[in-house]
Amino acid sequence: MTTTPHLLLRHREIANLDQLEVYLQHGGFEAFKKVVTQMQPAQVIDEVKASGLRGRGGAGFPTGIKWSFLPNNLWPHYVVCNADESEPGTFKDREILEGNPFQLLEGVMIASYAVQANLAYIYLRGEFWQIAHRLDEKIAELEKAGFLGENLFGTPYSLQLRTHLGAGAYICGEETALLESLEGKLGQPRLRPPFPAVVGLYGKPTVINNVETLTNLPLILEKGAAWYKSMGTERSPGVKIFSLSGCVNRPGNYELPLGTTFRELIYTHGGGVPEGRQVRGIMPAGASSAIISITEDRLLDTPMDYESVAAIGSQLGSASVIVLDDSVDFAWLVSKTVNFFKHESCGKCTPCREGTFWMNRLAQRIINGRATPEDISLLETVANQIAGKCLCALGEFSVMAVTTGIRQFRSDFEHHVNGSGSTATGG
Amino acid sequence: MNQLLQKYPEEVQQILAKYPPEFKRSAVMPLLYLAQREANYVPRQALQDIAEILEISTTDVASIVGFYTLYYDEPGGRYRIQVCTDLPCALRGADRFLQELCERLGIEEGGTTPDGLFTVEAVKCLAACHRAPVFQVQGDGEIVYHENQSVELAMAWIEEVRARVAAKEDRS
Repeated sequence: MTTTPHLLLRHREIANLDQLEVYLQHGGFEAFKKVVTQMQPAQVIDEVKASGLRGRGGAGFPTGIKWSFLPNNLWPHYVVCNADESEPGTFKDREILEGNPFQLLEGVMIASYAVQANLAYIYLRGEFWQIAHRLDEKIAELEKAGFLGENLFGTPYSLQLRTHLGAGAYICGEETALLESLEGKLGQPRLRPPFPAVVGLYGKPTVINNVETLTNLPLILEKGAAWYKSMGTERSPGVKIFSLSGCVNRPGNYELPLGTTFRELIYTHGGGVPEGRQVRGIMPAGASSAIISITEDRLLDTPMDYESVAAIGSQLGSASVIVLDDSVDFAWLVSKTVNFFKHESCGKCTPCREGTFWMNRLAQRIINGRATPEDISLLETVANQIAGKCLCALGEFSVMAVTTGIRQFRSDFEHHVNGSGSTATGG
Repeated sequence: MNQLLQKYPEEVQQILAKYPPEFKRSAVMPLLYLAQREANYVPRQALQDIAEILEISTTDVASIVGFYTLYYDEPGGRYRIQVCTDLPCALRGADRFLQELCERLGIEEGGTTPDGLFTVEAVKCLAACHRAPVFQVQGDGEIVYHENQSVELAMAWIEEVRARVAAKEDRS
């Protein structure tokens, strides 16, 4: 089953949806107008809670509940849109930002009204330089058209949107590091508690939501929570954009109901793996995934929802599905992911800063054919010393492929140790 | 004398207007992009200029340059060609692409062409995994994506830029 027409990637059916007049012709900003003129903020929060929408950035936390944590005796409130998409394997937010930007902006505006924020920031990774400049133009258009500014639709509510460009740091996707960065500091995570809902941007209560999460909001408010819940599974309602990459014939973004199986994504939509190849492993949440070893064909029938993927020992995360066929050397793969996390570690906490450094050296030594058999166990030991000891999730993410890779694909590592010392390559 | 403020008075004001006046430190990242616009790196003087505008220390500004990968404290090529070599891109031949591109240009990875125009380097994920090989070009104060690349396509673009720069120099 596919969602046709698309709900989030609507630009695939509607030409020029990134133009304000076209977006307005297709019901644009009706939902925002409705919430501002007809609904109390608490009603908006209740509707989003009832929809069961869960954060699409990776954590899967219920959005409405996240909003309800903001205290009503501390002001001002802020909304921050996390558009720092940087996980290897993830490229869904970028398509929304390019193709359907007004639906995202309307989502930011609805979230802002729900928590009564008068100022919202969209934090984009620095590489999205062109996108940020186009968004600035669109925000200016919205100000001109009266959708942003003072006393919207004749009500006392006022709202301003601003973009902010990062400058190349994966860690800024972590919400407290993002806030630090937005405040003009190094992008390093904060100790929690307090959580951003209470002490966030500039020390004030702040909602931080992912691009895809926010893009769902106009439709939920327009069509209602019951409609939204009719899609997906009971505990993971709605649609999700799956970024499909790696060893597949048709990589790309696929918007599908949560609970769609890996098999349907890879074979029906993604055109399968290259001829003669078989799926050997799947990373469902990008480089930070616990690798799923496809030891049995039936694992491909696992539904991609938060619970089912967790039940087979991995996590859905941001649904960045990297397909790995039987041509891939998993020791090489681990050297790639570890190198990424070593580069992106912010350096604030010791287990992550030192641990990723040593994991990277060990992984490089292994694939360069200079390792001893003990080095494989040492790599595992270092990973186990990082796990559970870090300030934020980056450290945890860095060991996922290492531990699940060695456990399930040990022969790939041993091959380098016992072999001729050949240098590995992938792809 | 604040050279940055003198050179870009309007831009500096527009940037400062994006943030609450009591938290103007937030403007450090956009101001660094502004400082980097002309030479594709942040000159030393700009660190002081920004520190002065934001009323923070020069060290604070320099630490931001050091932490974030899109700022540079020394000159490189006029255009930085940045190839993603992370896992999904590598599965689609990005490492080979980077190596061959460097060979064609006669430079090492991270090196700059003798004409000073191009630095080629590996970078981390660019959120374009389905269109690998992919690189971004940082230069002229912009960052522009080049997707679904081959060495031939990349070389064609490089020659185009070389011709454009040569034509400009002839005129001036």
